[in-house]
Amino acid sequence: MNLISFKLEKRTPPPWWFRILMPILAVIISLAISSIFLLILRKNPFTAFYYLFYGGLGTKFAFLEMLVKATPLILTGIAVSIAFLAKYWNIGAEGQLYAGALLATWVGIQNFNLPPVFYVLLVIVAGFVGGGVWSFIPAYLKAKFKVDDVVTTLLMNYIMIYFVSAILEGPWRHPVSQYPESVNIAENAQLMQLIPRSRVHIGFLIAVAVVFVAYFIVKKTKLGFEIRATGSNPKAANFLGINTLKTIIIASVLSGGIAGLAGVSEVAGVHYHLIHNLSPGYGYSGIVIAMLGGLNPFGVLFAAIYFSVIITGAQMMSRSVGIPPYIADVIQGITLIVMLAMLLLFEYKISIRRGK
Amino acid sequence: MNNFFTSSFLVGFFASTIRMATPLILATLGEAFSERSGILNLGIEGIMIFGALAGFVTTYFTHSLWLGVFAATLSGLLFGLLMAFLTVTLGLNQHVSGLGITIFASGLAYYVYRAIIGSPTIPPTITAFDTLKIPGLWKIPFLGPILFNQYALTYIAVILVIVSGYIFFKTSFGLSLRSVGENPEAADAVGVDVYKMRYIALMVGGSLMGMSGAFFTLAQFNMFIFDIVAGRGWVAIALVIFANWIPSRIFWGALLFGGVDALGLRLQGTAINIPFQYFLMMPYILTIVVLIFTARNASYPSALLKPYRRE
Repeated sequence: MNLISFKLEKRTPPPWWFRILMPILAVIISLAISSIFLLILRKNPFTAFYYLFYGGLGTKFAFLEMLVKATPLILTGIAVSIAFLAKYWNIGAEGQLYAGALLATWVGIQNFNLPPVFYVLLVIVAGFVGGGVWSFIPAYLKAKFKVDDVVTTLLMNYIMIYFVSAILEGPWRHPVSQYPESVNIAENAQLMQLIPRSRVHIGFLIAVAVVFVAYFIVKKTKLGFEIRATGSNPKAANFLGINTLKTIIIASVLSGGIAGLAGVSEVAGVHYHLIHNLSPGYGYSGIVIAMLGGLNPFGVLFAAIYFSVIITGAQMMSRSVGIPPYIADVIQGITLIVMLAMLLLFEYKISIRRGK
Repeated sequence: MNNFFTSSFLVGFFASTIRMATPLILATLGEAFSERSGILNLGIEGIMIFGALAGFVTTYFTHSLWLGVFAATLSGLLFGLLMAFLTVTLGLNQHVSGLGITIFASGLAYYVYRAIIGSPTIPPTITAFDTLKIPGLWKIPFLGPILFNQYALTYIAVILVIVSGYIFFKTSFGLSLRSVGENPEAADAVGVDVYKMRYIALMVGGSLMGMSGAFFTLAQFNMFIFDIVAGRGWVAIALVIFANWIPSRIFWGALLFGGVDALGLRLQGTAINIPFQYFLMMPYILTIVVLIFTARNASYPSALLKPYRRE
């Protein structure tokens, strides 16, 4: 077989502007590839993308809605990137989001007579604990029994989603509503509105705060160093006296806890009760966002906002141009693959040769 | 509970166990081909979803079930080719490439379905496969209706188990396949084309995953529904570890999981007052429990996840 082969040479660390240029290039290339699927339906990609971005950014309403959707995406993106930095393949952010939402709802429907500040804080802690515990299980199984993290984190998504569904049709069933949903959480447990007459709630500020905290942890603390060392070279990390198994467990709990906060944001900030399709796949989008953001918290912030624009705008594009909104998922998948290829360019210098 | 262990219950239960095992057998064999060559294919779930769509749409327009199976298999082959380009030629991270393919392929399946079918209140259906009664044999008391009254795809899956076992362990192709998954440098040194072997393995593997997806739309259901594969691809990823990458064990493992699925379905219909979601959860919980006992002794292909680059 006369395959094209590549010769790869490690690059010297590229300049800072290349790191910023790379995701932008990845976005442009992936949009170009995605337009093939629009052209097949005989739609003009430029018109389609115009409505895509107009629907995500063009009006005040669209912009505010975009911030609402960006909130869980920032959180799942940060969650996934912390795990991936330790080369712990947490693909369970979706289930951890639900686990966080479950515990947050449980605390919220108790109607504790607490001042809002304390009650909201309690709900947030509950969400973090819920996601953290659900994420601890696969990490523990990996450390103790060498069970593959990819498989367990994925399977636990299904277990948690079925569990939430069972709870909602069973003990937590809303007494009047005909949908499987819980009763509303207490008013003093709800995340306050941030911008009047919009759905934007203080969860957005919390998500941005998590970005700063994550940056601080990853870049400035001993734990952050241990996580990065475990991820880049576990053998060397062990040699340095880092307990890599312990580091992976801590990273996974941190990761799951932050994914749990995404569940808090949806329950306590948007719906005020638990529903069984709380997340349209925010946990999986978190993987794409983490990669596009280069596993860097501020990169994740921008990547989450970009995908929030795409997801919000896909509805408007769908209505205006008549394209199925699932194009948003297609764009996500392609972006993930393109970004991965860009990272290769980032690390290596490539020369192409014909034949072997 | 009295009517529980009657003969007709058992016949129904075992027959449906084999039915439910069919897509798992096909998908897990596909994953075994990929992993034996050293590539973890996490695109499996998406490839199965797209296979289910490709099978449905093709049959919907051509009214030919076998063209549907062919289209699903072909779509799987193409996604396998894409996975090979990303992980073999470019040497990208296998975890993330595979997830990218799953997100892309499942998104594309839903996109295509909406573009072609739209969102009617009553989803369109096809006439699905009927079971194929093997003449003479299906009348054997008890065993006949269990073993010889199955879908054609089920018989094909069983034959593919035997064929795959033969290929893996009795042919020089199988030896090359395993050697590139264990020690690509050594394989290369004795003249095995590592890139070519991995390309073939991923295309064969993808084809099997695509065919597995077709089972859902063309046999088990007669329509395409969202989330139709429901994580069976991830179960296959676990099953291949449990089976130690050996086709015959894949067969028995798939039967075990098929049995749990079938039991869940049957218990749902009884008076036992447990929410059905707990039955749906069982295969996933069982997978994790089984992995706890088997993961430590799993003998992963040594070169799994490691990109091979010729110096």
